[in-house]
Amino acid sequence: MFARKRSFLIVVSLVSLVALTFLVGCISGGGGGTANGPVQLQGAGATFPNPLYQKWLSEYGKLHTNVKMDYQSIGSGGGIKQIREQTVDFGASDAPMKDEDLKSAPGELLHIPTVLGAVVLTYNLEGVTQTLHFSPDVIADIFLGKIKKWNDARISSDNGGVKLPASDITVVHRSDSSGTSAVFTDYLSKVSPEWKEKVGAGQAPSWPVGIGGKGNEGVTGQIKNTPNTIGYVELIYAVQNKLPVAQIKNASGAFVEPSAASVEAAAAASAATTPEDLRVSITNAQGAQAYPISSYTYILVYKNQKDAAKGKVLVDFLWWGIHDGTNYVKELSYVPLPADIVKRAEVKISSITSGGAPLR
Amino acid sequence: MPTLRHVDRMRRITSGVMTTTTALCTLLAVGILLVILSYIAWQGIGSLSFRFLIDSPRPVGEGGGIGNAILGSVVLLGLSSAFGLPLGISVGIFLAEVGTGRLVGLVRFIVDTLTGIPSIVTGVFIYAVLVLPMKQFSAFAGGVALALIMIPIVARTTEEMLKLVPHSLREGALALGAPQWRVTLGVVLPAAASGIATGAMLAIARVSGETAPLLFTAFGSRFFSHYLDQPIASLTVQIYNYAISPYDEWHAQAWAATLVLMTLILGINIIVRFLTRKRF
Amino acid sequence: MSATTSNNLTVKGKHSDWRRVLSPTGNTGDAIFRVVMLAMGLFVVAVVIAMVVALASDSMLSVRRFGFAFLTGRQWNPIKGEFGALPFIYGTLVSSLIALLISVPLSLGIAVFLVEQAPHYIARPVGFLVELLAAIPSVVYGLWGIFVLAPFLRVHVEPPLAHWLGWLPLFQGSITGIGLLTGGIILAIMVTPIISAIVRDVLAAVSGSQREAALALGATKWEMIRVVLVNGAPGIAGAVILGLGRALGETMAVTMVIGNRPQISASLFEPSYTIASAIANEFTEATENLYLSALVELGLILFLVTFIVNGIARLLVWNVTRKTGGVGRAA
Repeated sequence: MFARKRSFLIVVSLVSLVALTFLVGCISGGGGGTANGPVQLQGAGATFPNPLYQKWLSEYGKLHTNVKMDYQSIGSGGGIKQIREQTVDFGASDAPMKDEDLKSAPGELLHIPTVLGAVVLTYNLEGVTQTLHFSPDVIADIFLGKIKKWNDARISSDNGGVKLPASDITVVHRSDSSGTSAVFTDYLSKVSPEWKEKVGAGQAPSWPVGIGGKGNEGVTGQIKNTPNTIGYVELIYAVQNKLPVAQIKNASGAFVEPSAASVEAAAAASAATTPEDLRVSITNAQGAQAYPISSYTYILVYKNQKDAAKGKVLVDFLWWGIHDGTNYVKELSYVPLPADIVKRAEVKISSITSGGAPLR
Repeated sequence: MPTLRHVDRMRRITSGVMTTTTALCTLLAVGILLVILSYIAWQGIGSLSFRFLIDSPRPVGEGGGIGNAILGSVVLLGLSSAFGLPLGISVGIFLAEVGTGRLVGLVRFIVDTLTGIPSIVTGVFIYAVLVLPMKQFSAFAGGVALALIMIPIVARTTEEMLKLVPHSLREGALALGAPQWRVTLGVVLPAAASGIATGAMLAIARVSGETAPLLFTAFGSRFFSHYLDQPIASLTVQIYNYAISPYDEWHAQAWAATLVLMTLILGINIIVRFLTRKRF
Repeated sequence: MSATTSNNLTVKGKHSDWRRVLSPTGNTGDAIFRVVMLAMGLFVVAVVIAMVVALASDSMLSVRRFGFAFLTGRQWNPIKGEFGALPFIYGTLVSSLIALLISVPLSLGIAVFLVEQAPHYIARPVGFLVELLAAIPSVVYGLWGIFVLAPFLRVHVEPPLAHWLGWLPLFQGSITGIGLLTGGIILAIMVTPIISAIVRDVLAAVSGSQREAALALGATKWEMIRVVLVNGAPGIAGAVILGLGRALGETMAVTMVIGNRPQISASLFEPSYTIASAIANEFTEATENLYLSALVELGLILFLVTFIVNGIARLLVWNVTRKTGGVGRAA
């Protein structure tokens, strides 16, 4: 009798749990743009612009209450894959898509640049509080493992007056595939032929030396907690975690620190050589004030939108983003697009159609 | 030559040493838990507030909360338990009571292998099987992925616990004329209930801490979800997103959310234990 | 009926296996019950087979390209398209081994303490607490690992190990706190609650008469505990296998503290890489077909590794129970 009562109780609680679950979620179709229901849009992709996109979605949502937009940061590659599979309405990626990926998509995909970012060199060096300077070949050789000690002559020659310790350099790189690694190795491939040949550029390079941290956060954490380390992260991680940021010698020979001005200068200097589809790498740009490891981040949308209501909202959001959205860019440590790139993005956005008719 | 008294003393000393060692082991485990818990609490307690538990997430700098993530986690746990627990317990019953000969060995072996699959592989499998055809991330897919992770734990624990029930219980019930299914469901299962509950709790605790499979199936959301065929937020994905961000404010929220998650699991644990306690 | 037969109530006779499974007692309720249970079992088997088939077919590209060399290759270079799995297999096996070496004695100690020695009012809450370790999300373990465990090991544990045991190749190399040892320790912490909780239940189910018999023969407390442990050996083995499964497949926590460097080094201080971490780190970003295929093949290899390790464990258990003549479970 006891056994039956207890089993009964267990069965009742299980059933009520299941019933509760179903009460909370009735299976019915949701998501599309019905006349009465809100328009729902789903985006996914790069982690780098996630804080900014969350802010944009929230602010845009305040202005347009019939729109529910969501963005999940699953990584640039994830964004590319999901937009190709059409499980999301827009994707986001730091690195532009390769030709093969574009060809394999079911429709024509547009790259809309939204903001700029910088990959910075950060370090944890006992006893050193000054900002360090690095030349491109020195950086490449550190990450190749050819420069092993902090007080190597080539590092000291760029940092006259700084007492560098005689300890080993511990390189920290990304263990996971990422757009940040892609940008950094793209830069290294441009400035060091040996790097280009030995390692190459990509999201998951085979690092000759160093330990791997997971995500920008992992690298930041390791550098913060381990002395005599050097690594590369997105600018915002170094700023938020109060880590020192190195100045790097750019293609014009000046030592530049990463800032809104220097990153924008890199984009502006490359504007002339930026192709029509806006897929471009702006590392090692030529301008005098340009920061050499800068990059765009893109939103990926289909040129031909299947759902006109969703497409209209998407176009409107993108237009808002590159204009009004810039108000929120600087406070979150991102860099706004230079003016002529904004113009070219406008052209791209205006070209989005649904069923033949432009949506803007 | 060791005298009897000497041998006796050695045995007693060994006994004392070993019993102290076991106490130390427990102390070590509890100590580690307290260290981790206090670190989580130290990092996150500042962000805990009633609003935090109710609100949905907001952009950095605006506060926000994990209300939708809590609800999402409860829904996902409910879904995965609804699929995983009956299936797992049934497989356990099959392995212990019903199966014969080589089939049992094969099934047991395969279930054991299922435990070793990284959760991300399960997530990708469900992505390919449920998400791609539907072209839609959904809470349903998330629940199924988590259920797949739960099943081997529940099945193996159920099997082991059922096997530990003394034969005399079964024989007594059979002697009274009960058919086998009645014996299994009405006598053996309740006798092993607390052990099976352990398996269920371990499985629930395990999936409640999983992130990777949910990233491809339930996806995540900023809003309170209403439908099972839509993406849904969950505490683990939210914790993951906040933890890998650059902002201290979001980090603190991640730790606070961890506290909430652990309290949730502790609560479920206590309830399940209460329901399955031995009353004799 | 000897104690080593299964619990099946089979009708002895000329009935074939199939009929015996379906309805040995001739009762329809039983037939339905047995069919349903069988169906569930076969469903799970079908799902696993479906997963293996999916893994195998997706990895065909990589298998055809690299063949057996994939298992012995040491290079993992997505940019150049060279893939070899040996460092990952090594890292997975060694980190899980370290985890089990630490966790199994620890868990046994905890379980024994809670069941045999602690008074009820301590055992209950402490048992809860240990199980709570299983509820910590793996992401949190990873973060705690980076910010607390790794620095702790780097400052307080690895230097003494290097100093006293540095003549062993296990403890040589640069000390950063991030590496195989840290990964193994985090896994041990994550696996302990599983093993200890199950062993607790196993030991609790050993009948009191066993204990009383041992004590009546003059055994010390510890010797009595040994008898109980032997009694519960199959259950303990099941618990260890579950724990091992967890260790082999753990993704997030390990990847944050193991250094993620595909290399094979004898030193425990050096960074390493596990299969699960590699898949977690690279799967979402991989867009080229060969790269994806290589990652899927890694998953397939993990499957195989789990198979083999489980098989070995089963053999050991079978050996042990055979020697001890089976376990007495009379009430």
